[in-house]
Amino acid sequence: MHTLVYDGTFEGLLTAVFEIYERKLYPVKLLKGEWRNSALFEEVIPIVTDEARAGRVLTGLRKKLSAAGVQRLYISHMAEITGEDCNVLGFIRHVFDNDRNIEEDYGNRYVMRLSEILKMVRREKHRMEAFVRFQKLNDGTFYAAIEPDFNVLPLLIKHFKSRYADQKWMIYDIKRNYGLYYDLHDTQFIEMDFDELNKPVDVIAAYSEDEGIYQNLWKNYFNSVNIVSRKNTKLHVRHIPKRYWRHLTEKI
Amino acid sequence: MNVDRITEKLNILADAAKYDVSCASSGSNRKNKDKGLGNASNGICHSYTEDGRCVSLLKILLTNHCIFDCAYCVSRKNNDIKRAAFTVQEVVDLTINFYRRNYIEGLFLSSGIFKDADYTMERLVRVAKKLRTEHNFNGYIHLKSIPGASEELMREAGLYADRLSVNLEMPTEAGLKLLAPDKNRQDMIDPMQFLKKEIIQNTEEKKLFKNTPMFAPAGQSTQVIVGATRESDQQVLQSANYFYKNFNLKRVYYSGYVPVLADQRLPALNTAVPLVRENRLYQADWLMRFYGFHVNEIVNNQNPLLDLDIDPKLSWAIRNMQVFPIDINRADLQLILRVPGIGLLSAQKIVAARKFAGLGWEQLKKIGVAINRAKYFITCKSNEFERRDLTGQKIKQFIMAQSQSKYIKNTQTQLNLF
Ligand code: SF4
Repeated sequence: MHTLVYDGTFEGLLTAVFEIYERKLYPVKLLKGEWRNSALFEEVIPIVTDEARAGRVLTGLRKKLSAAGVQRLYISHMAEITGEDCNVLGFIRHVFDNDRNIEEDYGNRYVMRLSEILKMVRREKHRMEAFVRFQKLNDGTFYAAIEPDFNVLPLLIKHFKSRYADQKWMIYDIKRNYGLYYDLHDTQFIEMDFDELNKPVDVIAAYSEDEGIYQNLWKNYFNSVNIVSRKNTKLHVRHIPKRYWRHLTEKI
Repeated sequence: MNVDRITEKLNILADAAKYDVSCASSGSNRKNKDKGLGNASNGICHSYTEDGRCVSLLKILLTNHCIFDCAYCVSRKNNDIKRAAFTVQEVVDLTINFYRRNYIEGLFLSSGIFKDADYTMERLVRVAKKLRTEHNFNGYIHLKSIPGASEELMREAGLYADRLSVNLEMPTEAGLKLLAPDKNRQDMIDPMQFLKKEIIQNTEEKKLFKNTPMFAPAGQSTQVIVGATRESDQQVLQSANYFYKNFNLKRVYYSGYVPVLADQRLPALNTAVPLVRENRLYQADWLMRFYGFHVNEIVNNQNPLLDLDIDPKLSWAIRNMQVFPIDINRADLQLILRVPGIGLLSAQKIVAARKFAGLGWEQLKKIGVAINRAKYFITCKSNEFERRDLTGQKIKQFIMAQSQSKYIKNTQTQLNLF
C-alpha cells in the first residue's frame, strides 16, 4: 500500500492520478493536507501539484467522459466530503481502465458511489437555495450565514445571481470561513476577518429598520399555516433536520 | 405601516387560506427580466410546516369575507369568525419583502367572494399586475380564479400569473350540490375550458412569434376535497383523470377534509383527517401521470377503493401476478416501472446500467431498488430468486409483516388525533 499526500485541490488530485499511472502505484491510499505524522506510515509520497501533469490527465478525462461527466467528477471532489477521495480516485481509474464511456455503469461501485455523492451534494445545494435567510442591513445589503454539510457555496452563484439581481447580497459559509458577495454587477468570493471584537453577530447587528418587522411577520405566517390536526413532527424534522434550524428565521 | 394590524390580518388570512393544499411553484420558467427581482424556475420549498407540508409561497386570501355558504369552508358566510381584508398594496409589500429575504418563491392569492365574482377577481388581478409592472417582480404568482369571473379578467390574470386554478372542491357534481348550494359546477368548468383554450392558443402563437407575452406558463390546476362527501376513490380518480385528459391540467390536488363545522351533511367534528387515504390518492395520481398506468388499472368496479394498507402499485401487482416475474436485464422500461419497489430513477438507472453488464441483487440494491418488495416480482443475474409460486395475498402478508412498523405508525397518527 502506497500512501499519497496531496494539497486537496482538484489539480492536486489529477497530479496524483498522473503519478499513480506513471509509477504504477497500486494499491494506493490518498490523503489530503500537509504531512506531519509520516512516521506512522511506511511509505508516504508527497504529491506536488503540477499543472502540466494535471492538464494531461484532464485532457484524458475529457476524451473519455461527456462534458457533464467531467463536471460531475469535479463537483464530487470539490464538495470535500471526508473519506471520499478514494472513491473519486476509484472512479477516475475505472474511466481510464475502460475503452468506452462508463458514466452510466451503475453496476460498478465507484460509478454508483459518485452518483450517490452527487445526489448528496445536490440535496445540500437545494437545501441552501431553500434555507438561506437574508437579513437586510442598514446599507441595503441582504446578508445570510450558512453552515452547509459540504462545500456547496460555489454551486450557489448561478441561482442567487439570477434571482436577486437587483439587491446587494452576501452569503457567508461560517463553517469554512468564506463568503460570496454580489455588488449588483458581479459576484466575488470574500473572506472576513472575525476577531474577538468583531464577531459575525456584531457585523450584522446593523439591521435595517424594518428587518425585525418582517422577521416577525414571517414567523407569524409560518405558525398560521400549520394545521394542528395534521401534525407530523417526524416528517417535519425529516424535511428540515435540526442542524439547519439555527439559521432559519421561522425556527429561531 | 401599522404593524399590529398587518400582523392580525396576516394571521387571519393565512389561516383561512391554508386548507388549499397546493403550494407548487414549479413549471413556470419565468426568467429574471432587465435585472429585476426574482425568477420562477425550479419550485423550491423554503420551509415545512409542523405537519410536514411544503411552504413555498405566501399563501393568503385577499379577504375572508364571503357571500357564499359552502359547508366545508371556514370562511362561509354563516360562520362566526373574525373577518379581515388586505389592501392591494399590503399584499404587494408583503410579497416583495418576503421574497427579498428568500422566504418564498412567490405569491398564491385566493379570496372569499365579496360583492360578486368580477369585483373580487379584479382585485386579485390588480395585485399581480402591480407586482409585475411596477416592481418588475418575476417570482411565481398563482391566482385563484373566482368561479363566474368574466373572460376579460381571466385573460388579464393569465398575462400576469404563472398559474391559475379553479377548485372543483367536490369530486362529483352531486357532492358539490349537497355542500355548496350557491355554487354551480358549470361555473367552474367554463373558466377551465376558457383557460385551456387560451393556453393552447398562446403556445401556438409562441411558436410563430417569439415575443408573444406569456400566458399562465405554469398552466392550470385544481383541488378536490376528499372525505367530506361519500365518493369512492374510483369516482375521485376517474374525475381527476377526466380533468387531466380534457382540460390539460398540470395537477389535481387532493385535500383530506379537515372538519370545520358540525353539520348533518358532513363527517362529525371529531373525525380524523384522512391522511393515509390522501397519500394513497397522490400515489395513484403519480402512477397515472408518470408510470403509464390507466386509471382503470388502479381502481375499477371490483376495486373501487384504494387499499389503505399498501400502496396502489403493489396493490395492482398482486392482482396481476400473471405479469410477473420479469427479467430485470431484458424487460422494457415500461414494465420495469410497474415493479413494486422500483421507482422512476431506479428504473432509468437499471436500463442504462444493464448495457454494461447483467445486474444482480447487489447492484440492484446499490441502484436504490427496495429489494424486499421487488424480489417477489423479478429475476436478475443470480440463481437465487423467489421460486415458490406465491399468491398475491401471501406476498402482501410478507411485505406487510416486514414493513409493519411503518404501517402501524401510519394508522396511529390518525388515531392520535382524538
Ligand atoms: S365561495 Fe369560497 S370562500 Fe366562499 S364559502 Fe365557498 S369555498 Fe369558502
